[in-house]
Amino acid sequence: MAQDPMLPRRYRVKRAWSELSDVSTMELEPIDGEAVPFAPGQFNMLYAFGVGEVAISISGDAADTDKLVHTIRNVGAISGALAGVSDGDVIGVRGPFGSAWPVAQETGRHIVFVAGGLGLAPLRPAIYHVLNNREQYSGMTLVYGARSPDDLLYADEIKAWKSRFDTEVEITVDHAAPGWTGQVGVVTVPLDRTLSGSNGAEVSAFVCGPEIMMRFSVMSLMAAGVPEDKVWISMERNMKCAIGFCGHCQFGGDFICRDGPVFRHDQVSRLIAKKEI
Amino acid sequence: MEIHGLGETLAAHPVFKHFDKETLDLLAGCARNEHFRAGQAIYSEGDAADKVFLIREGDIAVEISAPQHEPIIVETLRAGDILGWSWMVPPYKHMSDARALNDVRAISLDATCMRNKAEQTPALGYQMFKHFVPHMAVRFRALRMQLLDVYGTNKG
Ligand SMILES: Cc1cc2nc3c(=O)[nH]c(=O)nc-3n(C[C@H](O)[C@H](O)[C@H](O)COP(=O)(O)OP(=O)(O)OC[C@H]3O[C@@H](n4cnc5c(N)ncnc54)[C@H](O)[C@@H]3O)c2cc1C
Ligand code: FES
Repeated sequence: MAQDPMLPRRYRVKRAWSELSDVSTMELEPIDGEAVPFAPGQFNMLYAFGVGEVAISISGDAADTDKLVHTIRNVGAISGALAGVSDGDVIGVRGPFGSAWPVAQETGRHIVFVAGGLGLAPLRPAIYHVLNNREQYSGMTLVYGARSPDDLLYADEIKAWKSRFDTEVEITVDHAAPGWTGQVGVVTVPLDRTLSGSNGAEVSAFVCGPEIMMRFSVMSLMAAGVPEDKVWISMERNMKCAIGFCGHCQFGGDFICRDGPVFRHDQVSRLIAKKEI
Repeated sequence: MEIHGLGETLAAHPVFKHFDKETLDLLAGCARNEHFRAGQAIYSEGDAADKVFLIREGDIAVEISAPQHEPIIVETLRAGDILGWSWMVPPYKHMSDARALNDVRAISLDATCMRNKAEQTPALGYQMFKHFVPHMAVRFRALRMQLLDVYGTNKG
């Protein structure tokens, strides 16, 4: 099928709900034709008609081909329009684009997911993959940090993951009101603790969150002996074409839309250490 | 014997496991077992920082209160962590509140006793410096990251 990658397809909002005060999730279904398969870590360009188009990661299960799921934080005009959609609304979708978390190739290893804030959304498809195929991996740990207990995404689902005997889940928040009985502290604290009980050489890590949080997390992973070519991160830059034409998302010698957003850390470590690229 | 038992318990704590037996026996003279029930205050801001706590079991919340602000938990500590560092620096007063989140078992070390022993036995002072400072450095690095408020509206 020679679908023009610059032409949005119309999708109907099957269901939309609020996750946090400024974050919503939507389930979409194509109006014309079949849903397009995607790999964990890829993103779509979502078009709010009359407002504009932004890059949004796919946050649903790649094995569930019936629906396309996105989680969006309202930070401006376009993301605000998308986060405010209701059941039955129609939006435009181009994609999926970009590289994927190579989680399916890392069988036999201890998979460590490190998520910060909304960074859990792009990681969730990879988490689903490991949970659906748990017997293929030697271990699975999710370390997730958010600003406060009110900012924890997918709280019910995390509770269910936590109750699985074959999965370690560490949640931490930067600060909390008295009454919160969970951990308070930055994500590197539970990460260091997890790693101190693991063999770093057997870990494959997938890290997604604000750049500074990824930088500190990678330092912890390296200090614990996780091989540099077993760490992947996801980068963000504003996008326009999403197909490697316009240069809008240039990151050093790469285009994030085409060569990323998921990069193996050793391929971009030089760049993320710099203040601004 | 009680003191010998505490020396062994000290040796089991991650921060003290590198101390030699002689030093541990010396420190055990400053140590005692502590137990706090869920919700119990361990110390409050302004209290004399006369003890340092080595957590063996349970979780502790470090809280800060300010007028016209709800108190906030800024850090939680777990088994293997150390609670309190104000005992090392004058004026030896706590600058936060600490509360047990669940049943907590800890060893406390009497600060005056520790400072005296370190004055008398500089090698002990050096060992304490060597093993406490990395623990504090990790905590300060974490605090610096917390100050950045990295999660804001900063990521998708
Ligand atoms: C590959 C990729 C995947 C993404 N996945 C998601 C996702 O799953 N969910 C989601 O909510 N967002 C995601 N984003 C971010 C999203 O694309 C931006 O938030 C969006 O472009 C903002 O557009 P706007 O017009 O609403 O805001 P604008 O008016 O463009 O910006 C409003 C404010 O937000 C800031 N801002 C804009 N973009 C970003 C950004 N990328 N990161 C941090 N601050 C930003 C601006 O500096 C400005 O202060 C992703 C971005 C990329 C590149
Ligand atoms: S968005 Fe145009 S090159 Fe990447």
